[in-house]
Amino acid sequence: MRLARDLAASLLAAVRSVGGYTLFAARVLAAVPGALPRPGLVIAQVYNTGALSLVIIMLSGLFVGMVLGLQGFDLLQRFGSEESLGTAAALSLLKELGPVVTALLFAGRAGTALAAEIGLMRATDQLAAMEMMAVDPLRRVIVPRFLGGVIAMPLLAAIFSMIGIFGAQLIGVQLMGVDPGHFWSQMRAAVEFGDVMEGAIKSAVFGALCSLIAVYEGYHAVPTAEGVGRATTRSVVIASVIVLLVDYLLTAVML
Amino acid sequence: MRQTRAIELGTGLFVLLGFAALFFLVTQITSREFGLGSSGYRVTAAFDQIGGLKIGAPVSMAGVTIGRVERIEYDFDRYQARVTLRIEEQYDRIPEDSDAGIYTAGLLGGQYVGIGPGGADVFLADGAELQFTQSAVVLENLISKFLFSKAAEEGAQ
Repeated sequence: MRLARDLAASLLAAVRSVGGYTLFAARVLAAVPGALPRPGLVIAQVYNTGALSLVIIMLSGLFVGMVLGLQGFDLLQRFGSEESLGTAAALSLLKELGPVVTALLFAGRAGTALAAEIGLMRATDQLAAMEMMAVDPLRRVIVPRFLGGVIAMPLLAAIFSMIGIFGAQLIGVQLMGVDPGHFWSQMRAAVEFGDVMEGAIKSAVFGALCSLIAVYEGYHAVPTAEGVGRATTRSVVIASVIVLLVDYLLTAVML
Repeated sequence: MRQTRAIELGTGLFVLLGFAALFFLVTQITSREFGLGSSGYRVTAAFDQIGGLKIGAPVSMAGVTIGRVERIEYDFDRYQARVTLRIEEQYDRIPEDSDAGIYTAGLLGGQYVGIGPGGADVFLADGAELQFTQSAVVLENLISKFLFSKAAEEGAQ
């Protein structure tokens, strides 16, 4: 009896948070035009979320590409088609690994920072103080961070894919001895402009989702030290799950 | 002031690097060719069977790519497939009586249009049609023909 009641309560809470997210997303989108007259705020957030994530993205891209080179070579060699390594590495990086791994790293590196920052503003009543001064915190704080993430993410994913392809080339061509001409020419023949666009669309969607989740969790954090910590954790967990789920949906639609 | 300059510099570097990466992916990783959209001239060819020929497939002479397949449609007047080929400008001396065939690159590769030069003194111009065509070989038909002829042989014995 009690179990059933708890279950119903948590179900209700889940439905409520979906509604909360939708309404919050609508409010953020509605406030976007109001934030555009101050591009400096957005640029500062592109720096915070994008430029500061550059090192971790490049390092991860290099190693993911190198692993792809190694694994791809081992697998393709069994079918005697190791020349296709470039194609395999480029397509998997552009369409899946680039956008998804970048989004997961973004949620861990930039999403947590956003959630903690906004949660602390909430806990120290800075958001309330802005409202007192007739400054809309949505426009001044939330929207620039959201837009910063949307702009930074596709660029980060493109950098990730590019470095990854060089990593795969490093292992496949330099170490394993795949012919560099075959590596690049087969890749060029097989990869189409639409594949690059697919990755860019995916990463833009992931950027919007990750930053929206981070700012939502921070904005609605319980204003205590514990609440901010919990909001930070929740932002990573929710963002990671949502990214993987939406990735499946987007792939099914665009494939 | 110094801090905002550092931020602007960092952001600028990041954005430039990002767009450079996108540019690299679009131009170096894909086979997309820019600026070729409307250059060159077009010729058409009618085939009974085009197999798996796709738009964007190469048109080649002696293995050299001289153009691309631009459009594929079905012609209800002749009940044939009409293929429009865009040939690059510098290849403007293809004899009028050349023949076109659809071949497969390698055993499992994509299909392409191969043009064999004829002997006429008049060259193909924009809008011309290749008169002599050879259809794509459909592997299933070939196999079934082979099997049926085998069975017929055994029946005769």
